[in-house]
Amino acid sequence: MFEILEKRTLAEGIYLTRVYAPRIARSAKPGQFIIVRADEKGERIPLTIADYDIEAGSVTMVTQALGVSTRKIVAKEVGECFADVAGPLGRPSDFVTEPLEELRNKRFVFIGGGVGTAPVYPQVKWLSEHGIKADVIVGAKSKDMLIYTQEMERVAGNLYICTDDGSEGFHGLVTARLEQLITEEGKQYDCCVAIGPMIMMKFVTLTAKKFDLPCIVSLNALMVDGTGMCGACRVSVGGKTRFTCVDGPEFNAYEVDFDEAMRRQGMYRTQEQRALAIARERAEGHKCNIGLDK
Amino acid sequence: MANKIPRVPVREQDPAIRATNFEEVCYGYNIEEATLEASRCLNCKNPRCVAACPVGIQIPHFIERLTAGDVSGAAEVISQDSSLPSICGRVCPQESQCEGACILGIKGEPVAIGKLERYVGDYRLENPAPESNTPRNGHKVAVVGSGPSGLACASDLAQMGYEVTVFEALHEVGGVLVYGIPEFRLPKKKVVAKEIDAVRRLGVKFETDVVVGRTVTVDSLLDEEGFDAVFIGSGAGLPRFMGIEGENLNGVLSANEFLTRANLMRAYDEEYDTPIYVGRRVVVVGGGNVAMDAVRTAKRLGAEATIVYRRSEKELPARVEEVHHAKQEGIEFRMLTNPTRVIGDDKGWVTGLNCVQMELGEPDESGRRSPVEVAGSDFTIECDVVIMALGTSPNPLIASTTDELETTRRGCIVADEEGRTSRRGVFAGGDTVTGAATVILAMGAGRKAAKAIDEYIRNK
Repeated sequence: MFEILEKRTLAEGIYLTRVYAPRIARSAKPGQFIIVRADEKGERIPLTIADYDIEAGSVTMVTQALGVSTRKIVAKEVGECFADVAGPLGRPSDFVTEPLEELRNKRFVFIGGGVGTAPVYPQVKWLSEHGIKADVIVGAKSKDMLIYTQEMERVAGNLYICTDDGSEGFHGLVTARLEQLITEEGKQYDCCVAIGPMIMMKFVTLTAKKFDLPCIVSLNALMVDGTGMCGACRVSVGGKTRFTCVDGPEFNAYEVDFDEAMRRQGMYRTQEQRALAIARERAEGHKCNIGLDK
Repeated sequence: MANKIPRVPVREQDPAIRATNFEEVCYGYNIEEATLEASRCLNCKNPRCVAACPVGIQIPHFIERLTAGDVSGAAEVISQDSSLPSICGRVCPQESQCEGACILGIKGEPVAIGKLERYVGDYRLENPAPESNTPRNGHKVAVVGSGPSGLACASDLAQMGYEVTVFEALHEVGGVLVYGIPEFRLPKKKVVAKEIDAVRRLGVKFETDVVVGRTVTVDSLLDEEGFDAVFIGSGAGLPRFMGIEGENLNGVLSANEFLTRANLMRAYDEEYDTPIYVGRRVVVVGGGNVAMDAVRTAKRLGAEATIVYRRSEKELPARVEEVHHAKQEGIEFRMLTNPTRVIGDDKGWVTGLNCVQMELGEPDESGRRSPVEVAGSDFTIECDVVIMALGTSPNPLIASTTDELETTRRGCIVADEEGRTSRRGVFAGGDTVTGAATVILAMGAGRKAAKAIDEYIRNK
């Protein structure tokens, strides 16, 4: 069983969960994700891997409670079990298989937005363990919503913090900070990796393009099985249809059709919001007498 | 002497009622009906039905037992060649196999072999044979995938004394029997779960949530986990799309996605969290069993549902019974119709499917007359959802992560008749070798591979 070994609140609505999954811990690589099903009636939810520990046999995920399913996941406490944790899924980040000599000459900048900061961590950590110090830009709405900054501090070359409201670090968006680093602070990069909300990744890509900076994004598409079976995660990359779960989740950002990807994320929004509204009303003790919750 | 009565009709749920629920369509025979139908068999000296059965079940022989009222004897006969009679009795295309060859079918109706097999299979599930305590021989075999081929292979190996572990990528055991075939055609608790329990009782271990190729690899199973051999029965799970304009609009999905949501994730039940969307009108593209399953599921979820198929009704690859049931349930069939473009609104949601009318031309390599477009026959079917049921191909995940495993250009694993692949100690069977086919062929391949694995380990 997939027992929860550790659980912490990182920010409002954002939780870290470390779960016992020894097979996954042994095989996980930076860039990959897992599928979690909280209980027997739960949905299969793809979540990026935030860390893994072979010795402890554990995998760490960071979840933002948004809908019914993610709420179920974060409601589980230490000692309880998830019904299922499957993975590691998707292809590892490209750099994992690149020759180290070439990699050492590459200057990386990682950009993590909101809860997307967590999956940036194992990538920067892996590079650090291989003697490569990458710069990291972390963005959040405000100081309270920043996550993983201490962990990142330990493995990053330079850590640049941005908040939308200016409550910590740079006052503004991660794209503005990237631009500032390149144009005003003379930073030069060979590769940018952005993980965060789709809209952030779209604009990071546009910024990177301005500087001819190669860019990679990790897409968080809708999925059911996560093994290539359903095709719910289809995304247009370079004019071709690709499956995020098996061909990704990381893609060359220049080729991704972000507008289509954002639209496709909303495929079940009506049902999701309805389910959430029903769950809320039930939690408040409301019982629908005219059967609208059926 | 055979009883010269017409084929005993099988009881079914009323079409108008069943089109609104997910309970099984066909109730099957009871003992009286089964015995009566069995009495129609001529017990031919040269049984054409046996030759037409992909695994050569001794059909007249089991029917003879049934006629004599010996149901467990009949089960015994079937079990020599098939491990999944209650499933195959429900999902085999009998009209093109055993029943298609039955001599009675020339002038009248063939013996209802499928329904009889189902009766015997269900009886065996209700009255399982006493547990056999085969001594373990100390050798371990890993089976990848818990669909028909994996289950058959695992149960045969366990009966030979092997320690078998079945690895399943999804959270529930059963493969296509669980994620693909709907409840109304193949009940999960009543049939599939019981078949799996029977395999479990033989001592087979199941490990779910293990994606071979990712969580572990074929090589790590052999080298690190001490398995003597690996059987790959990972099926054909990759959906095909048409490659037409508008296919990534919101509301276009593969039959795999739609059926997985409904079947594996139980999205049709409000108590489960997984969402499903049918809108008001669903068009399913394709003419196979999967297309029928998808269109009938959509109907049950409250949509108006239509099948669009580019050839004529005669060429429909689905089981005749499924087509018949679908029609009874009010599914609209638009034959000789080929989609050319999915149309959407300015927000990117499907509003219709553009099609052209087809006519039948010259026969193609499959021997079927190939459809040709009728010039200027464009028209639009208004709909909210388009489901693509165009067939599937094997998932490349295992082949691409296993050294020295030969595959064909279409991504199928190359294996001989006995399931031996290019790699020593690695065997394969079912859809992953043949491409999408039938439950019975996969089951047969799993059993043949079990024999070959036994031989391989003995001579190792």
